[in-house]
Amino acid sequence: MKPAAFDYFAPGTVDEALGLLADYGGDAKPLAGGQSLVPTMNFRLAQPAVLVDLNGIEELFFIREEEGGLRCGAMTRQRSVERSALVQRISPLLHEAMPHIAHSQIRNRGTIGGSLAHADPAAELPVLAVALDARMYVRSVTDARWVSARDFYMGLFATAMLPEEMLVEVAFPTLPSGSGWAFDEVARQHGNYAMCGAAAVVGLDGRRVVERARLVFLSVGEGPVEAEQAAALLVGEQPNAEAIRAAAETAATQDIDPVGDIHAGPAFRRHLARVIAERVLTRACERAAGTEGQ
Amino acid sequence: MDQTISVRVNDRSYDRSVEPRLLLSDFLRHELELTGTHVGCEHGVCGACTVLLDGVAVRSCLLFAVQADGRDVSTVEGLDGGTQALHPIQHGFWERHGLQCGFCTPGILMSLVPFLQENPNPTEEEIRDLLSGNICRCTGYQKIVEAVQLGARLIQEKSA
Repeated sequence: MKPAAFDYFAPGTVDEALGLLADYGGDAKPLAGGQSLVPTMNFRLAQPAVLVDLNGIEELFFIREEEGGLRCGAMTRQRSVERSALVQRISPLLHEAMPHIAHSQIRNRGTIGGSLAHADPAAELPVLAVALDARMYVRSVTDARWVSARDFYMGLFATAMLPEEMLVEVAFPTLPSGSGWAFDEVARQHGNYAMCGAAAVVGLDGRRVVERARLVFLSVGEGPVEAEQAAALLVGEQPNAEAIRAAAETAATQDIDPVGDIHAGPAFRRHLARVIAERVLTRACERAAGTEGQ
Repeated sequence: MDQTISVRVNDRSYDRSVEPRLLLSDFLRHELELTGTHVGCEHGVCGACTVLLDGVAVRSCLLFAVQADGRDVSTVEGLDGGTQALHPIQHGFWERHGLQCGFCTPGILMSLVPFLQENPNPTEEEIRDLLSGNICRCTGYQKIVEAVQLGARLIQEKSA
């Protein structure tokens, strides 16, 4: 359980880090919080020849409001996101979900960009990014581009980034007025990898009919899984218990195709998906209608 | 290639030459012979190796020693502040039988130090949420929760 040898660089700027990634290509790995990369190195599942430690790059640590949305530097600690009053105000769904990410000691070190770029199908942040239409700012020495969260995730631990590219910033747009949101997950113990979880964002029109709906699952596929049929079923409906139950049923039976592992078989995962979908859609609709807790 | 680092551990400076792949947990135990920091799972799950890096509770098995260069590390050995007396949280664990084998205890204590500083009067639910990041296989947690409650009270009495 000790990592293989590697060359270590601790650049002070993004430009220096990108230069190192360009020089070493696929042999180099950026090291963010290390809460996923270092365990895989300890197991020797990953043996990067070069580590580019981003922890000394101050320009990557920030949370700010810009163009009405939220901007986070890739190295912002998850604990900082969790505790930010700005995040709570601008992106309450993100705020609600943060305490579900692992344990406080992990969030103290883990970063928002590290988790987004790692693309673990059991992780919360990629699901939240898709649910909230986040955009990723990806840079290399020669290029800089914004990638929508939907286009960013390409499968199991796979993203649209090239080896010489790095995620430097993420933008979460503000939800339009009339929106409701919710996140929930089920894990055997709080803080462990969830067996299933989901984020919901719902928008009601002036007549209190659902005009927008998005439901995204974690731990039921190779990445964030959008329940598109369930969302389509809900649009145009009154957000009542019957419509929500039907959408949750469709999500669990039509939209996802979970595989089993030692923690939960496919049938149990579908059961969890239906229950969690009903919970988050109900809460999201209540919040959109302003009837939460009534 | 080895790198030279300078780390402050429990208010004492150490200069060492280390391989980049050396974990902070192994640096503390093997280089500095501070074996109070325990190594359990070595993938961040068990919490036994938890130390403070610049006052923040982190897993020392998920950090490389080179990353602690120029930083402050606190381990269970420093809890007494050089007084040879038990820290109030340690006293709570002693009084309430908050440990049996003691393997998980240093990590739990180091998680609790910043937790009780920020949250001097925690609810049982908050204590259990904090403890979820530390695995104990002896006590079943009830005694640990009681130990934390007593420790919190002792800290308050001490500062009153």
